[in-house]
Amino acid sequence: MVEHLNAWYGKTHAIQDISLTFPDKQATAIIGPSGCGKSTFIRCLNRIHETQPKARAEGRVLLDGNDVYQEDPTEIRRKIGMVFQRPNVFPTMSIYGNVAAGLKLHGGYSHDEIDTLVIESLKKSALWDEVKEKLDQSALQLSGGQQQRLCIARALAVQPEVLLMDEPASALDPISTARIEDLIFDLKHQVPVIIVTHNMQQAARVADRTAFLYLGKLVEIAPTRDLFERPAEKLTESYITGRFG
Amino acid sequence: MRPPKRRRRRAKSFVLLGLCAVAVLVMLAPLASILYTCFVNGAGAITPSFFLKNPPQACNPAAGAPCPQGGVADAILGTLLLVGLASAIALPVGILGGIYLSEFSERPLARPARFLADVMTGIPSIVIGVFVFGIFYFVAQEGWISTFSAVSGYTGAVALAVIMIPVVARTCEESLRLVPTSIREASLALGIPRHRTIVRIVLSSARGGVLTGALLAVARAGGETAPLLLTAGFTTGSIFGLSGWTPSLPVLIYQFSAGGEPNTTQLAWGAALMLVLMMLVISVGARLALRNRFGGRTT
Amino acid sequence: MGEPPAGPGAGEAPLPKSAGESPPTPSPEPPGSSERRRARWADEAFGAFALAAAATLVALPVLLVLIVGQDAQAAIVRFGPAFLIGRIWDSNLPPVTFGASTFIAGTLETSAIALLIGVPLSLGGAVFLAELAPDWLRAPVASVVDLLAAVPSVVFGLWGLYVLVPYMRTSVDPFLAKYLGWSPLFAEHAGSQSGASILTASIILAIMILPTISSVSREALRATPDSQREAALSLGATRWEATRLGPLAYARTGIFGAAVLGLGRAMGETMAVTMTVGNSDNFASSLFDPGQTLSSKIAINFGNAVGLERSALVELGLILMALSLLVNVVARLLLRSMTRIGKAGV
Repeated sequence: MVEHLNAWYGKTHAIQDISLTFPDKQATAIIGPSGCGKSTFIRCLNRIHETQPKARAEGRVLLDGNDVYQEDPTEIRRKIGMVFQRPNVFPTMSIYGNVAAGLKLHGGYSHDEIDTLVIESLKKSALWDEVKEKLDQSALQLSGGQQQRLCIARALAVQPEVLLMDEPASALDPISTARIEDLIFDLKHQVPVIIVTHNMQQAARVADRTAFLYLGKLVEIAPTRDLFERPAEKLTESYITGRFG
Repeated sequence: MRPPKRRRRRAKSFVLLGLCAVAVLVMLAPLASILYTCFVNGAGAITPSFFLKNPPQACNPAAGAPCPQGGVADAILGTLLLVGLASAIALPVGILGGIYLSEFSERPLARPARFLADVMTGIPSIVIGVFVFGIFYFVAQEGWISTFSAVSGYTGAVALAVIMIPVVARTCEESLRLVPTSIREASLALGIPRHRTIVRIVLSSARGGVLTGALLAVARAGGETAPLLLTAGFTTGSIFGLSGWTPSLPVLIYQFSAGGEPNTTQLAWGAALMLVLMMLVISVGARLALRNRFGGRTT
Repeated sequence: MGEPPAGPGAGEAPLPKSAGESPPTPSPEPPGSSERRRARWADEAFGAFALAAAATLVALPVLLVLIVGQDAQAAIVRFGPAFLIGRIWDSNLPPVTFGASTFIAGTLETSAIALLIGVPLSLGGAVFLAELAPDWLRAPVASVVDLLAAVPSVVFGLWGLYVLVPYMRTSVDPFLAKYLGWSPLFAEHAGSQSGASILTASIILAIMILPTISSVSREALRATPDSQREAALSLGATRWEATRLGPLAYARTGIFGAAVLGLGRAMGETMAVTMTVGNSDNFASSLFDPGQTLSSKIAINFGNAVGLERSALVELGLILMALSLLVNVVARLLLRSMTRIGKAGV
């Protein structure tokens, strides 16, 4: 649940007083024209926005009733996983090492537990069959789509309570994109997914609910079908009918 | 089980990053100490006689004969002559070489020349001294020259030039490469001959970088000691031209560092102060010039 | 950037001040075909000048190897490979004996210790400047650190002789001997209490290679894409862990290259070492012992040496050159492979 979130880049007021709720076991898509603040918005949810120079955020982001901004950011980022626009595997680590990286950071897991979680995460991200023979090879050997699924597995391994995805398919070819979309469709039953996308078809395919952001403000949020078929706001309608953006 | 672990990780992060900050301070300390000691020990030596006189000859203060303060006049002159002659050789050759590497890079000699220039910059300067001494010794032995010996100002200047040439060539090449190809093409398309395009358009556009590289090479030559020790020698007497042993500020610092006559240590510190200030001024000046020219593209 | 291309006659770009070497260009230009002929002639003359300069770049290292090899020949023939392992350097007692092993060991020892001290320090500094420091602090501090590279070696030596050597003698050496004296590396021998020692020279070298290692690894760290840092942060890494998983891992080839480059610098360094190492031809078994490196031996003895001894000193130079070439080539290959990875992107 997000209440009155505001965020700035230097003097630019990128997010203006957004409040909304993300229900469990659902995928929520955030759409809007480029530069509308949708990436900044989800980067505020796991407090990674503030790691940029001159960036700050205010407001309340509640996870299980606790305000994210009152807690230790490292713990918050463990609970709220994130997948980025471009696959960002650790180039010096093996495939196994990438997935295990988060677990090793947080510690407290035995070798067997780590093994189990790594395999489980790779299966969840539909990568297991392709990499089970070469877990100790460099992650750079994988194709772009495989690398992105590896990043998803890496995020899932630390057992997050929410998964944020920032245009996870924007750098991928259509086939890899389709696989990622299938994956999101499956994942949302296990963990709520919040996905930013500039692709309205993608939002329509994977999301239960969709929010439309424009110029840093929340214009409308509704069940996906309603938003695309019966938008309440004129702005939403002109955007989804392709009149701008 | 998890919270204490988290606190430890946070403490570890804080301590290690704090150590990084401390490392910066430790890195800055030697420069501060060097500047401080040079000022404290050397500032007193900088008087008019420092620039006008030569070092005092043997004297015996115990016997009541006061030691003259003396100066480093001929070492300053020697450094100017050595670096001047070296620059006169190295800058034209180096800049032309850089032009070849950048503007004629398709020709067969460009790749080996670039590689070997890089190799040369990695060779210790004292080995360059051994090399240039070897040339002049050979030449003197064969009797091809009789006007000066193997250890002379000429030998020293050539040694400095050999050190400078590859440095100048590579920095010149790098600066020329920053000039967009479109400018060359525009000039050639106007029918301007290639050499004029290179000199008047390309070299002129890149002159800031080329001059800075040349300046830094000259500064480096001014501080070189080891090769001059082997090639130019040292004397506390007056010099006439470069055909004999030629003192220079760096070699003077080395020769006077171990003490000996009462005032020579102070002269060494004075020379060190002068040398350091010159290097810092050139280095800072070159940096500022580069930054102004390229809008902070350098790091 | 740059100036608009000037027409042949009008608005010519000002000649660069350094163009004293430009070939005689015809001006004012005569009209017509003779102008074109002269232009072609000048083009060729200019090309020939540039070719000559490039040939100089090629000829110098070739000539260097020839001359240095020729001068070392007498010693190579006389002592053969035994020169590399011989410990004694004596030109007085017949038969004269020259061996290089003490000096090779001195060079390797001092530069290895210099790396041990210099790498953590400059890497820590690079991490601070590249990852932690705010923008307004980064550029000035980095410039000041780099200024250390502008201080001439002989000034480092003078400072070492008058500041570091006494400090080592009165404080550092006794302190280390007290706590580490059980180890032969830190044993105090007669004649090893002057403060000028292998350890002192190593510390000077460590200081001298700081700017090299720090600036090269700083560049490598800065070249790490933000996505790497964010990948680690999004897993819940602390700031240090994010630095270790992100930039430090990503830039490790470049950092290694920086260290090897520093090693090359340290091995070739002469004056500061000569002035602080103690200049003893005896094998230094403790770090407090005075010693000698390849470069300091040449600097001390070359002026007075004749005949076979000079040839042996030149052979020391040959060994030094081989060592530093090896190290420099390795550093260059590492740094080149880093830029390739950087360009390929992740």
